[in-house]
Amino acid sequence: MTNEAFETPNLLLALPEIWLLAMACVVLVVDLFSNDRDHGPAFWLTQVTLLGGIIITVSTQWGVDATTFSGTYVADSLGALLKIGILVLAFLGFAYSRDYMRDRGILKGEYYMLGLFAVLGMMVTVSAGNLLSLYLGVELMSLSLYALVAIDRDSSRASEAAMKYFVLGALASGMLLYGMSMLYGVTGTLDLGEITAAAAELDDRRFLFLFGLVFMMVGVAFKFGAVPFHMWVPDVYHGAPTPVTLMIATASKVAAVGLFLRLIGEGLLPLLESWQHMVVLLAVLSLLIGNTVALVQTNIKRMLAYSTFNHVGFILMGFVAGTPEGYAASVFYALTYAFTVAATFGVVLLLARKGFEADHITDLKGLNDRSPLFAFVVLILMISLTGIPGTVGFYAKWMVLKSVVEAGFVWLAVLAVIGAVVGAFYYLRLVRYCYFDKAEGEGPQPTGSGGFQAVLAANGLLVLVAGIFPGTLVAVCLAAFL
Amino acid sequence: MENLLLIIVLAPLAGAIIAGFFGGTIGRAGAHWVTSLSVALSCLLSFHVLLGLISGDRQPFDGTVYNWMVAGGIQFQVGFLVDRLTAMMMVVVTFVSLMVHIYTIGYMADEEHNWPKDSLAGVNAYQRFFSYIALFTFAMLMLVMSNNFLQLFFAWEAVGLVSYLLIGFWMNRPTAVFANLKAFLVNRVGDFGFLLGIGVVLLFYGSLNYSEVFATAAANPDLTMSIFGGAEWQVATVAGILLFIGAMGKSAQVPLHVWLPDSMEGPTPISALIHAATMVTAGIFMVARMSPIYELSAVALSFILVIGAITALFMGLVGLVQNDIKRVVAYSTLSQLGYMVVALGVSAYAAGVYHLMTHAFFKALLFLGAGSVIIAMHHKQDMREMGGLKKYMPVTYWTMLIGTLALIGFPAFSGYFSKDGIILAVAESQRAGATFAYLCVLAGVFVTALYSFRLLFLVFHGEGRMDRHTREHLHESPLVVTIPLILLAIPSVLIGLVTVMPMVLGDWFGDAIFVSQANDVLAAVAAKYDSAWGLVAHGFVSLPLYLAAAGFLTAWYLYVIRPDLPDQLRQRFALAYTILEKKYWFDELHLNVFAGIGRALGRFFWKVTDVGLIDGLLVNGTARTIGRVAAGLRRVQTGFLFHYAFVMIIGLLVMLTWFVFGAR
Amino acid sequence: MLENYLPILLFIIVGLGVGVVLLAAGFILGPRKPSEEKLSPYECGFEAFEDSRMRFDVRYYLVAILFIIFDLEIAFLFPWAIVLDEIGLFGFASMGVFLAILLIGFLYEWKKGALEWE
Repeated sequence: MTNEAFETPNLLLALPEIWLLAMACVVLVVDLFSNDRDHGPAFWLTQVTLLGGIIITVSTQWGVDATTFSGTYVADSLGALLKIGILVLAFLGFAYSRDYMRDRGILKGEYYMLGLFAVLGMMVTVSAGNLLSLYLGVELMSLSLYALVAIDRDSSRASEAAMKYFVLGALASGMLLYGMSMLYGVTGTLDLGEITAAAAELDDRRFLFLFGLVFMMVGVAFKFGAVPFHMWVPDVYHGAPTPVTLMIATASKVAAVGLFLRLIGEGLLPLLESWQHMVVLLAVLSLLIGNTVALVQTNIKRMLAYSTFNHVGFILMGFVAGTPEGYAASVFYALTYAFTVAATFGVVLLLARKGFEADHITDLKGLNDRSPLFAFVVLILMISLTGIPGTVGFYAKWMVLKSVVEAGFVWLAVLAVIGAVVGAFYYLRLVRYCYFDKAEGEGPQPTGSGGFQAVLAANGLLVLVAGIFPGTLVAVCLAAFL
Repeated sequence: MENLLLIIVLAPLAGAIIAGFFGGTIGRAGAHWVTSLSVALSCLLSFHVLLGLISGDRQPFDGTVYNWMVAGGIQFQVGFLVDRLTAMMMVVVTFVSLMVHIYTIGYMADEEHNWPKDSLAGVNAYQRFFSYIALFTFAMLMLVMSNNFLQLFFAWEAVGLVSYLLIGFWMNRPTAVFANLKAFLVNRVGDFGFLLGIGVVLLFYGSLNYSEVFATAAANPDLTMSIFGGAEWQVATVAGILLFIGAMGKSAQVPLHVWLPDSMEGPTPISALIHAATMVTAGIFMVARMSPIYELSAVALSFILVIGAITALFMGLVGLVQNDIKRVVAYSTLSQLGYMVVALGVSAYAAGVYHLMTHAFFKALLFLGAGSVIIAMHHKQDMREMGGLKKYMPVTYWTMLIGTLALIGFPAFSGYFSKDGIILAVAESQRAGATFAYLCVLAGVFVTALYSFRLLFLVFHGEGRMDRHTREHLHESPLVVTIPLILLAIPSVLIGLVTVMPMVLGDWFGDAIFVSQANDVLAAVAAKYDSAWGLVAHGFVSLPLYLAAAGFLTAWYLYVIRPDLPDQLRQRFALAYTILEKKYWFDELHLNVFAGIGRALGRFFWKVTDVGLIDGLLVNGTARTIGRVAAGLRRVQTGFLFHYAFVMIIGLLVMLTWFVFGAR
Repeated sequence: MLENYLPILLFIIVGLGVGVVLLAAGFILGPRKPSEEKLSPYECGFEAFEDSRMRFDVRYYLVAILFIIFDLEIAFLFPWAIVLDEIGLFGFASMGVFLAILLIGFLYEWKKGALEWE
């Protein structure tokens, strides 16, 4: 029996997570003892926490490459970049959701706490250096999200969605865990770095390794919502309160990118040949199913759910090459996509009012007459999601396609481009409703506080600016891998 | 330096954004103040940069500001190249723009009358106008300050866009809409060549950055490429001609000139700023900027020379028969652009650019003067209804007289030096086509004087031919109109005397313009004259002055002494008159032949391939199929939890069999 | 080798002995007055064999779950106590943080009224 000297971990390296955890507890206690019906203190503290988290992450983790907690926690630029994305997206999500939640009587302190814990789980996931911490992060994120979906307890639709999400999520987690146990069985270690080394010199144990890999791939694909592990997505997007859908659609996708990169993209890079084709399969199915079914959707949230598959297909395509450029393309895609979609949900939230969800595509009719600014924002968002040149969505698609072509999958690139063209139909349909149709009845009316509107407008215009000046963000994404 | 340049460029943009998007909020006064001040700031800083470069306090700046993207090893950047050539252009652009901003306050003061009642198009049109001209200033600055082809192209298109928007500013006049469409389409033809030229440069010189391209071009002067199966062409020739085709569109050279006269449908300040002083000279500037490439190819320069010479003479002739005051000035602009192009064609880039500068001042002056007359005439533009305006509008008259004298090249006025410089340079040149060009520019001097004074006499002298109502309301224009006229008149007179020696005959431009030893005609000219006054003295003993005098006398005789004579001449020389009246049938050529063939082709593709094949079979057929598939797939989404789990398990099993067991 | 297992053997013997003695003592000394309630098998306050779709009080589960959390905390505390001398101050602080988080959870359930039966 060896008695290793116990090493005191470097807490400073994990400061973002520590800050978030501490502040989540503070938010919990403050909200518990505050009598504010609107949960104002919790809201403001949450936003301060997220902004502080961004500052701390940038200052302590960008450009660093170190591990702590005996190798279970990695502080590096990739993690920092993803974390900043997650924190910003969560910030936007909370900023857009206050009025909506209040109007429906579901503005609870738990919304902020669970949200913060979900964010914490995502952050742990993207910084994991060990199967254990990876799984811990994934579960913390998932459990918080399950509960968030059901936060509107009186809505049968939300409860049903939460139930489905929970059961299927548990199934996927089980598979993920099973795959991990295979890996542990073969290599005898939980450390991702050591697993990578072991994967590089496989011999007769290859079979078991692959067996575990498939199970883990299923778990990861579920978190992405990639076809055929996607069945939960439309129901959950549709059933959950829109702010929660926003968080699942944006921040958790970024976390899923981190999960894939840590576990498979980097952790099992030596097995690239084996998982490359799995990813291609998932990407192809996602592109096909997502685009076709999205065409016939009439609910914006459901439409976005199906169109998510299309974008997930693109994100997965970036992984196919297994090169830093490809990974950077995926990260760029995920971040910009999430940022764009966050604003799209923001518009839905902006137009929603008591007893009116504004989530049917015809609810946007005549938006230009009511609010030219937000009609313009919708226009920017939709053409960016379509990927029309000059928008940030175009650069994202272009980077991904470039990496795929360089990896030799020209047919995949062609398929993806065709998919993007089909996507133009259902995205631009929204633009048509905004600009060329007259409002029916009351029509869309922007509600919501000035702060909300300002953040949303800034969000939309930043998508435009990022389309004109993509260079900086591209450089940042590339730097995270070099 | 970098920040300074950014402020120069971005100030007008900020002004345009504020006036454009928040025009309703800040009101009319807010819009003209914010744009005028932003352009004034640009102008001030541009002068600062120019003076810094002249005094030697600053070094020419060539650097990248922003790395836009990298693709296939090619850098796409935003960058500035500011040397004396650029700085001169910046000053001209911002100064004329500032004058036009101020002038517009007066010109557009009662623009509401120009909109039909109940037309939404007129809402905030005043602010929209200021937003556009500030945006134009931004785009033009980006164009002249660019240090690479990509940014040049973007700015090139941006000025074209603003020009389109402004020609069609009165968007519910069918003629204006036709004119802006025409300008846009004709420019597209030129831009197509321009884009191909950039493609050739990128392909063979491997970069978009000016300095890198020039270095590569100088290192491989004899690089060739084969076009259409076998024929070997020098790359510099191909690139040069293609780029010049772009310049032909933008600078309105024959046969792509047809849009410029029609562009007079736009408000007059625009004609002065865009269609006389700045945008149309972009082509001249571009060729001068690319001089290291053009110097490699005598063929390309000869091409330029001949095109310019044709434009210079024949467009001037058309100006003789025009009756719309603005169109006369427009044809005069065409002709003067021809002069500039001729200068480029004989490698006298400095002379061409110098004429660009002086022309910017006096032609903007003439346009704004014409605008002032139009204001007084209640927006009537036909010269046959004017006459005798001199006593009503003295300031406008005297400033326009100064502009006219500068234009015809009266000794010691700015136009004299620039135009005489060109004529002397052409006389020295040995290039193929130089003799033809020399005859054209000499004849052009006579024509210029004739149409210029025809305009002056018809408008300001003789009997008033306007109706009573108009006559009673005739008065001098307000100060915001006349002050720009006076401010523009000053450089129109003086700038030549002060700057001709260093800029044309000296080495003022330094490395900005490259002329190879053998082609340096300006050096040959410079050897003969040692001062500006020497040039003036020479003027009195040389042909051009007497030609101009002949033109003046002819105009005087025809329009002051014997006003009945022009009609008789018209009948006697009916054929020549018809040719000029119809502008050599260029419009008909374009409309019926090129556009006609294009439309016929388009109709064929529309009827046969598009409607039948693509729409019927591919688009709608695909859409129907996808719709059916989607409806089927939608049914898979049953909502039952166990179905969902089942699909997941199936997926897992498929992946297991395929990738694990299949791989063995 | 085998002697390593001697403590376990002793443990088994003592365990068996105590169990037998206690059962025997109860069997011999205890009074016997059987009733229906006493004879029915006991399981967590429910009837052992019954329709599984019966109604029950949800508060019962709440308490049970809360109990499990604090029960597991004890399971965590024991091994910690044993190696406390090796993990030093940092280990002590870690458990402090752990308990503090648990305390916040306790505070939450208390304030939310989860501990009040009525």
